[in-house]
Amino acid sequence: MIEYVWLIPVFPLVGFIINGLLGKRLSKELVGTIGATMVGLSFALTLAVFYEYVNLPVDARPVEVPVYTWIASGAFKASVAFLVDPLSLIMMLVVSGISFLIHIYSVGYMHDDPGFPRFFAYLNFFVFFMLTLVGANNFLMMFVGWEGVGLCSYLLIGYWYEKQSASDAGKKAFVVNRIGDFGFLLGIFLIFWTFNTINFREVFALAAKYPVGSGIITAITLFLFVGATGKSAQIPLYTWLPDAMEGPTPVSALIHAATMVTAGVYMVARCSALYTLAPLSMMVVAIIGALTAIFAASMGMAQFDIKRVLAYSTVSQLGYMFLACGVGAFTAGIFHLMTHAFFKALLFLGAGSISHAVAGELDMRKMGDLKKHIPITYWTFMIATLALCGIFPFAGFFSKDEILFHALVDGHLVYWGIATAAAFITAFYMFRAVFMVFYGESRVDPHVAHHIHESPRIMTIPLMLLAVGSAFAGLVGIPIIQGGHKFKEFLAPSIIYSAGHHEAHYPISFEVGLMLFSMLVAFAGIYTAYRMYLRRPELPEIIAQKYRLAYDLIYHKYYVDEIYDMAVVEPIKDTSTFLWTGVDNRVVDGAVNGTAGLVAWLSAHFRKLETGFLQNYALAVVLGVALIVGYLVGL
Amino acid sequence: MVVPLPYVLGLSVALFTLGAIGVLIRRNILIILMCLEMMLNAVNLAFIGFADHFTAVDGQMFVFFVLTVAAAEVAVGLALVVAIYRRRATVYVDDLNILKW
Repeated sequence: MIEYVWLIPVFPLVGFIINGLLGKRLSKELVGTIGATMVGLSFALTLAVFYEYVNLPVDARPVEVPVYTWIASGAFKASVAFLVDPLSLIMMLVVSGISFLIHIYSVGYMHDDPGFPRFFAYLNFFVFFMLTLVGANNFLMMFVGWEGVGLCSYLLIGYWYEKQSASDAGKKAFVVNRIGDFGFLLGIFLIFWTFNTINFREVFALAAKYPVGSGIITAITLFLFVGATGKSAQIPLYTWLPDAMEGPTPVSALIHAATMVTAGVYMVARCSALYTLAPLSMMVVAIIGALTAIFAASMGMAQFDIKRVLAYSTVSQLGYMFLACGVGAFTAGIFHLMTHAFFKALLFLGAGSISHAVAGELDMRKMGDLKKHIPITYWTFMIATLALCGIFPFAGFFSKDEILFHALVDGHLVYWGIATAAAFITAFYMFRAVFMVFYGESRVDPHVAHHIHESPRIMTIPLMLLAVGSAFAGLVGIPIIQGGHKFKEFLAPSIIYSAGHHEAHYPISFEVGLMLFSMLVAFAGIYTAYRMYLRRPELPEIIAQKYRLAYDLIYHKYYVDEIYDMAVVEPIKDTSTFLWTGVDNRVVDGAVNGTAGLVAWLSAHFRKLETGFLQNYALAVVLGVALIVGYLVGL
Repeated sequence: MVVPLPYVLGLSVALFTLGAIGVLIRRNILIILMCLEMMLNAVNLAFIGFADHFTAVDGQMFVFFVLTVAAAEVAVGLALVVAIYRRRATVYVDDLNILKW
């Protein structure tokens, strides 16, 4: 089966072509079926490939499946080829599996939308590019997928393009991503310039000859990380992700929570051979990750739009993953990526189901007491929230604790402190959301109140399946127990420590103590939320009044958007306006129009010679003859 | 008796100048065509004068060419004049000045 791995991205591409070209003529049921089936086939094939891969003898791994040579020019060779190794398999499983569930959910969620075929075409197209990105065996093909998912992200954020805010958000996401892509591209150029190849395995093998801390490797990894900050919404390029919530909710769940935004983490883990050679880059990755984790979490505290809370939470969790990569715990980062894909997709789909119940409302101030009306959504949302907060035994507990553990033992006490503080805030804002939405007094608009209903089964079944994943996905990575961490064992061959790596062993009591402590922190966060939003709902307002300045700062997201506007966007706009009105209108257009004007002015005078009177011409001829004859006879 | 060459050339120049002036200042196309004929015949006169002077027949042969061309030219010219008159009901060149800016 492994040689058919190229079919995995091709299935969604076929779905895109069918739905994109013929979607309007097909019935909604057929469009939805085609869209979901194609991704389902990808998922089934990925499972088959996975099964075959784990049964391969160890020396036959990893497998490269060439499809064809795309570009061959001198020393430069880029092929369309797939690298089947543990890392790409895990990513493909996550992407195709979660996408499949979200496609099914979308059939119900988008049912009344007039753009139904377009939505499914884009969604399939996205899955195609995402699978290309994670399956590629070289940097260029990865970049193709990288750009492709950016394009689909733009198309899907601006899916409701009649809405000004949605089309603006799409544009913002695209432009901010371009900045990151620019860095990524420079990184690829540098890689080819240094190693004369862009194939992952060849590059990593050659990189091993470089000394630790070599300048060129540091430059490459930093450029690649710029790309990662754009795609994975890290400081300073995270601002597009909260705005991306303008897109339909399944899009937020698929692209802006579970798959595309994790591409940066995947890329850093994929390039572990390079990053481990550049301690400086590792430090940058860890610092950016830790800062993003706490920064985004704090912004999530004061949001009232449920999807924006989840968006900041995503940014924050991605920060955790980068922190893990930055301290060298790549497997922990990818582990968290996988568990996060389950529970964050579930949270977003749950948010979609909630807003479905209350007529499209997303403002948590207009919800409350929904628990008994939408029990399935409530229970699944609750499981995902517990998983995100890192409560035992849900998925997030295992992955988050592993990151916290590595941040402390492989990193620095400061990283651990920041990450633990972020964990507290995470527990706080997630339970704030839960209490505001499901408990307390109903603040639902009275017109909407008696229409509250649970979502149809086509939406709740994916919720339940994801809830199963959110609850149990962590069990593949049980710490402490010998041989319990299957995930790490499986993934280990894909992670290359070029600079040598030793797995530190600590007493069990230390690990358990850390876990208990982080659970305690999470419970403290939950309790704080309980005090503030359930026991005394007037308390948040009092605190906000008391610490007006701090509250305003957080509520306005530290004014980062405004600062960017002032420092970057406006100067660029001003320069562009100058280039437009000053340079283009005056200099460029002036030269062209001036030439035409000069010719017209001269013609206006010269054309007077053409009188139309026959005898004027005859006179000119006679005078001409007289002149020539006079000249010839030497007058 | 032989007319001396300067006399012949003098007459030729006088005729040519008259014809040229006529072409330049007369308004009627028919008159202009006649003036053209006058210029051609002035040239013919010069050819004959020179042929006689140099006792060579080349000049006289040219005269026949010129006569033939002149006949053809008049035929075409008059046809054009008739066509113009039918269309514009005028033969005055002053009225035919639409070919301009």
